[in-house]
Amino acid sequence: MKRFLSTKGVIGASLVLLVLFVALIGPLLIAPEMATKMDMRARLAGPSFNHIFGTDQLGRDLFFRVMLGTQTSIGIAGTAVLLSIVIGLPLGIVSGYYRGHVDNVLMRLVDTLLAFPALLLALVISAMLGPNLQNTIIAVGIAFTPFLARIVRGEALRVAQMPYVEAARASGTNDLMMIVRHILPNIMPQVIVQATISLAFAILAEAGLSFLGLGTQPPNSSWGLMIQASRDYLDVAPWTALVPGGAVALTVLGLNMFGDVLRDVLDPRVKG
Amino acid sequence: MNELKPIVAIDSLRVEFPTDGGTVVGVKDVSFTIQPGETVCVVGESGSGKSVTSLSLMRLVEFGGGIITGGQLRFTRGDGSEIDVARTDAATMQSIRGNEIGMIFQEPMTSLNPVFTIERQLVDGLMTHRKLSREAASARALELLKEVRIPEPERRLKQYPHELSGGMRQRVVIAIAMACAPRLLIADEPTTALDVTIQAEILALIDRLKRENGMSVLFITHDMAVVAQMADRVVVMYRGNIVEQGPVTEIFERPQQDYTKALLAAVPRLGAMRGKDRPEKMPVLMADTQPAAPAPEKTSLAPRVLLDVKGLTTRFPVKRGPLRLTVANVHAVEDVSLQLNVGETLALVGESGCGKSTTGRSILRLVEPLSGTVTLDGWDVRSLGTTDLRRARRDMQMIFQDPFASLNPYRRLRDQVAEPLINFDVARGKELDDRIATLFDRVELPRDFLRRFPHELSGGQRQRVAIARALATDPKLIVADEAVSALDVSVRAQILNLMMDLQADLGVSFLFISHDMAVVERVSHKVGVMYLGRIVEFGTRQQIFDNPQHPYTRTLLAAVPIADPRQKRHLDDKVFRTIPSPVHPAGYQPPPSLYDEIEPGHLVLRPQLTGLPQCPSRTASPNCTPRSPPGAGTSTSIPKPCTTPSVPRPSSPRSCVSSAATR
Repeated sequence: MKRFLSTKGVIGASLVLLVLFVALIGPLLIAPEMATKMDMRARLAGPSFNHIFGTDQLGRDLFFRVMLGTQTSIGIAGTAVLLSIVIGLPLGIVSGYYRGHVDNVLMRLVDTLLAFPALLLALVISAMLGPNLQNTIIAVGIAFTPFLARIVRGEALRVAQMPYVEAARASGTNDLMMIVRHILPNIMPQVIVQATISLAFAILAEAGLSFLGLGTQPPNSSWGLMIQASRDYLDVAPWTALVPGGAVALTVLGLNMFGDVLRDVLDPRVKG
Repeated sequence: MNELKPIVAIDSLRVEFPTDGGTVVGVKDVSFTIQPGETVCVVGESGSGKSVTSLSLMRLVEFGGGIITGGQLRFTRGDGSEIDVARTDAATMQSIRGNEIGMIFQEPMTSLNPVFTIERQLVDGLMTHRKLSREAASARALELLKEVRIPEPERRLKQYPHELSGGMRQRVVIAIAMACAPRLLIADEPTTALDVTIQAEILALIDRLKRENGMSVLFITHDMAVVAQMADRVVVMYRGNIVEQGPVTEIFERPQQDYTKALLAAVPRLGAMRGKDRPEKMPVLMADTQPAAPAPEKTSLAPRVLLDVKGLTTRFPVKRGPLRLTVANVHAVEDVSLQLNVGETLALVGESGCGKSTTGRSILRLVEPLSGTVTLDGWDVRSLGTTDLRRARRDMQMIFQDPFASLNPYRRLRDQVAEPLINFDVARGKELDDRIATLFDRVELPRDFLRRFPHELSGGQRQRVAIARALATDPKLIVADEAVSALDVSVRAQILNLMMDLQADLGVSFLFISHDMAVVERVSHKVGVMYLGRIVEFGTRQQIFDNPQHPYTRTLLAAVPIADPRQKRHLDDKVFRTIPSPVHPAGYQPPPSLYDEIEPGHLVLRPQLTGLPQCPSRTASPNCTPRSPPGAGTSTSIPKPCTTPSVPRPSSPRSCVSSAATR
């Protein structure tokens, strides 16, 4: 517990908590109208007392929009990354642990997926399944799986060759127990780090899909949608990009710090 | 010599390492001097601060996060001026490092840059420090390689580090250190990673270079036997302080401090067991004071064979090309037969790459052997199916070399020791806890360690946990693969004693795999000497150590440094040994191992039959291996392959035939 109380831990945890709080409580506190109400007289207005983060091209309040977008963005990105872990982790472990033909087949599959840019892959999947929230998650999740599977495989390969794995095998440990007791705990640090990085990219991937009309559908708001919408007004109203961009940046920063600390907390070797 | 101005005078040096958890003092208060032309050995166990001291002298300690917080490091430069290294600016340091002070590191592979040729690595230092032109530097590089007696120096210049053997790489590292004719050479455990015969060569080389160039040497080591062979003066360090210092004969013959005495007592000395027919515990001064008793004899039952191995062969395929065809095989274990009795220790001894570890792992079927039979207590281990094999593993366990890597860092010690018990469902609940606690008692670990993680333990304690885990299922056979090699001498003695105690109490048999002849002499009943995948000599301990017959056994025994400064040997470093490659093209059928029985139970590998398609450098062909005279104490004639020049590493698919014509 003490380790959480480092500067990094406190900042990271606060940011993550703030984002989660906004995502969960935000929709209860502010009515959707507050974020969708247009005010044509105050289009692209800078930050002011009335609109502390300014307004967008339709005069909608950016503060409320970014708050409402939190749930969509975090929800989609978080679930997608979770999905990629659920698929990629077993895939990578099986590949790295058993090697041989299993590894060859699985990794060629992963290589095929890797050959496409993640966004393009998500785009194809999303277009195939049709644009809705659930399919966006599936699309982004599958698109991020190969990266995770690759990293997990490398780690599993490394760990599987450690003497303690051989010692466990000599003690009669079966494959399942070997993976659960020995392989998994030792690759988790890398999985956590990769997951926090993936989350940032997943937020942006969702944005890309939304921009192409395959992700979040207006009038719903997500950070990515907001960033995409701002691109025409960057010169006259940079805050339209900076506000959602800042939200992404702070979330990612918080997650990275939190992930680092979490990794250390889980590692018995690092002392508080 | 004493009236000369010392080349180095270290005065109350203190080095601290600031960390998150507070400041760690690496060196507390160290003072000693090095005279010109003198070899000073700094000896101590891990954590004694011996390396930190030498790194401070190069001011390299700062790159490792250390800060020199006190004391002086006076160094006399070539022009006679004296500077305090601790307060010198970076530019001056640059002109001293590699120029006036040369350094050799432990690991010859990692201290050479793998992407540059040998020539490039030598030439760089010469061009920087000596301002030589490229041509002149190249010429000097060739000269240096000749000086460190690397065969075929012209060819070596164009090669990359991975193409050279470990011993040759260390010679290159020495050549680099010698490039600018330094006045002081710092050697930090330069032979620890090397085989014993190569160690002998490298020690001889350093000694000759010192004598020929009048250079001073600061030699860091943990090995008292190496100290005895190399040192003029000895500095004994313990936990950042100097315990004792003095001339080498004084330290060895009249040690004043208890720590020095304990350190000396813990060194297994080759020949100490002469005339004793059973293994004997090591004297450990600090742990207990009772005299070392011979390992108690098991009730005199007729010896019963526990492990019987016949014709064991293990090969690893070398695959090449897009179709991953097997183009060659690494013949790791070739027709090995051995027998181990209940309650006895059989030692497999040999140098790296000789197949001793693979033999142990093949017996446990951690790697699958190609052919041969392994019978453990009447069970044919090789024919067991998956389920039976798992069950059989209760009877055969393993202890690994590296106690840091053989325990899972994420699991508590209790869980790690419990693992085999849970796997075989030997005990549950309260009974399980009791058994684990008893196991901890057995290996003399306090019970409050149960809740700890591996990183909270020292190397010796971890190795005890590994032993407890191996003992958990009451195995009949434990394969100890270099189980004490990574431990400090005093800890090593304790672990060896523990193993001998366990053998006496539980009747467990050990297959003790080691490269250390002196340790093997201590612990074993029977010995098998391995070379190139084969057992070249097999017999009781007395037969092997008192009457070695195979030339390789003799070489090995002659190369072991003697922990007695009065028996310094001036080794000839011209002898150059290359180990033939164990890689043969696919389809190659090596001749069987045939033995001559010299006396009952004493087997010596017969020189291979001619006419078979054999490697020109097979071990024991008499015309290849000059026999060293019996009682070899002065010579290190080494079984030399006939024609084979340097041989590629086992990873290379080259056959032994083509290796004779390597580029």
